[in-house]
Amino acid sequence: MHRIYLDNNATTPVLPEVFETMRPYFGERFGNASSIHHHGQQTRAAVEDARESVAVLLGCRASEIVFTSGGTEADNLAIAGLVAAGDHVITSSIEHHAVLLACKHLEEIGCEVTVLPVDGRGLVDPGDVRRALRSNTKLISVMMANNETGVLQPVEEIGGIANEAGVYFHTDAVQAAGKVAIDVKRIGCQALSISGHKMHAPQGVGALYIRKGTRLQPLFYGGRHERSRRAGTENVPGIVGLGKAARLAKEALDRGNDEKMAAMRNRLQQGILAQVEEAGVNGDGAARVPNTTNIHFDHIDGEAMVIALDLKGMAVSTGAACSSGAIEPSHVLVAMGLRTDQARASIRFSLGKQTVAEDIDVAVALVPEVVARLRELSPMYRRPALSS
Amino acid sequence: MLNTETIAVAMSGGVDSSTVAAMLRADGHNVIGLTMQLWNQRRLAGREGMPESVQGRCCSLDDVYDARRVAQHLGIPYYVVNHEERFERDVIRPFVEEYVSGRTPIPCSLCNNHLKFDQLLIVAQQIGAERVATGHYARVAFDDARGRWLLKRPADSSKDQTYFLFGLTQEQLSRTIFPLGDMTKPEVRELARQHGLALAEKPDSQEICFVPGGDYKRFIDAYLAEQGEALPDTAGDLVTTNGDVIGEHGGIHNFTVGQRKGLGVATGSPLYVIQISGANKQVIVGGEEHLYSRTLRARRVNLIAMDDLREPMRVAVKIRHRHEPAAAMIERVGDDEILATFDEPQRAITPGQAAVFYDGDIVVGGGWIS
Repeated sequence: MHRIYLDNNATTPVLPEVFETMRPYFGERFGNASSIHHHGQQTRAAVEDARESVAVLLGCRASEIVFTSGGTEADNLAIAGLVAAGDHVITSSIEHHAVLLACKHLEEIGCEVTVLPVDGRGLVDPGDVRRALRSNTKLISVMMANNETGVLQPVEEIGGIANEAGVYFHTDAVQAAGKVAIDVKRIGCQALSISGHKMHAPQGVGALYIRKGTRLQPLFYGGRHERSRRAGTENVPGIVGLGKAARLAKEALDRGNDEKMAAMRNRLQQGILAQVEEAGVNGDGAARVPNTTNIHFDHIDGEAMVIALDLKGMAVSTGAACSSGAIEPSHVLVAMGLRTDQARASIRFSLGKQTVAEDIDVAVALVPEVVARLRELSPMYRRPALSS
Repeated sequence: MLNTETIAVAMSGGVDSSTVAAMLRADGHNVIGLTMQLWNQRRLAGREGMPESVQGRCCSLDDVYDARRVAQHLGIPYYVVNHEERFERDVIRPFVEEYVSGRTPIPCSLCNNHLKFDQLLIVAQQIGAERVATGHYARVAFDDARGRWLLKRPADSSKDQTYFLFGLTQEQLSRTIFPLGDMTKPEVRELARQHGLALAEKPDSQEICFVPGGDYKRFIDAYLAEQGEALPDTAGDLVTTNGDVIGEHGGIHNFTVGQRKGLGVATGSPLYVIQISGANKQVIVGGEEHLYSRTLRARRVNLIAMDDLREPMRVAVKIRHRHEPAAAMIERVGDDEILATFDEPQRAITPGQAAVFYDGDIVVGGGWIS
């Protein structure tokens, strides 16, 4: 079966050129990057090259990059590493669980956490951030782009508020990296998380930008790797892959590839909505990353839709990959004010660098057909009366 | 292979439904594995004395894991579909309410009627499968003479599950396959071994899937506590069949008709629960002879072998899962009510249980004992 993959916010395929760059580090270049000898020097050079590439993507110095096992670790490292018992933290209701559950844990160890709401477009109001500040506020953590809707948050304004108040600002940029330009100085953040596998590098590698001079408590102990910020022998092939993917992403952004991606996404979105009634875009009216659209198809069960499309060779999701099989509707869509049934009737389409125009053609033909079948067989759906 | 079709298999992670998937796959059908996630077993863990950890029961992570591994082994697509909300509404709540009203419910039948052969059939059709196969021991066949789909007892009478399936409609039966209907359990296990299924020796599940350890009283306490609802005060008097109050009881939901142990009174001769009166919270007790009754009334009737019961009919009636169907005459006595009159008085006819009518191997229909 010819398969079309439109779930790139869950994970992306490793690009062939990324894989080729990684390949020697599974074989002849096997050294431990901490070793003194030739083998160690070889892999140390590769790790530092990768660090520079990631730094270029984010607009920071190489020394400000800490490699991690992925986005979740980067988020946890930033949050647990910057906050201590008694501190107050401000975050938002639409964060990834890597942030929300890390903050929940903070509450258990004696921190106070304020979770800010979002408006109907899925946007955090910077005014809310300012009003939530307290004398003991230590950290603000608000994501750059939402994983389910792709909505871009006003991180520069929030960064300005944080700096004015002398509070740390961390942003989870896992779904922004490689899709939109990132400049940590313009954002004004002390910490920023990215994940390899959301940007065509492999699973199991990520990075945290941590601004020079920011005191960070490590998550684990066991060595002076990553300037004592992250103990453990480096995942050299993964880091090399992340470096290559970062370089490719930066080049593509400089060439304006994000606009091409947005054009393809818009064609998908409009092509579907033109054929389906009682449907709409979640996050409409807000700026979004160019690869994502999240659409509610009222009166259907999103879970059945994902299965039906999968059996026809098209991969999409109802939201975060981790939510699949869960009873709770998306916390992001519910926070935006969608009714529970609409949240459950929502499908996320996310494009990748490998997505081609033909994929969009197939999707635009297939999705309305599947929605029609689901609605026809849905006890929740009453067909609208035909107009004369 | 002729006549290949797309079939959804309801996979529980047990040996029966796993073997069904293997059989249909070997026959060349497009098989889609579906597991219904119906109840979060961890939800009530540790509450009101419920066990902290539960293992190996339906909807547990272990069972989903087993079902998924079978699907991977067979190379079929597999999905978990979540129907917890519907299960709670249509199975858990009625289960609790029935007990609290002094009846003894059968959640498996409710689940079959409202979930397995309703929601699952809808999902199956939505994803392109016209029929659903399950691991139930029962047979379904179209009868040309009657022009109806019939539900029949399986070859292995010791595994007969037709009692729990009496509520299926013609539409549901027409979309259902029971591939194990002609097999015995040992044959199924042997076939599972032949197909290389690692769970061929997995023990059968015996109890109500969402009540770990079978302690339904603790479950009801825990569920109501979680809902923030106090258990309604259903304590009352223990009354003899003569009307004498001989003691008190702690709540009618602790009793089942025919129960002997745990009455909390000592008398010379053995006492049994004869009747539970929800209205005045009385538990009526008496000697074993009072347990026998010659008639029952069944309501919310579903007929399978015929569209209506126009005249009295001789059948065998099964009044609980482990009951040998007893000869009786059934007749319609109300809009949605059937009166069954047994040839011989039956022991412990229990309100809330189902009465299922058999004509030989054929399930005529059934209803809920009122």
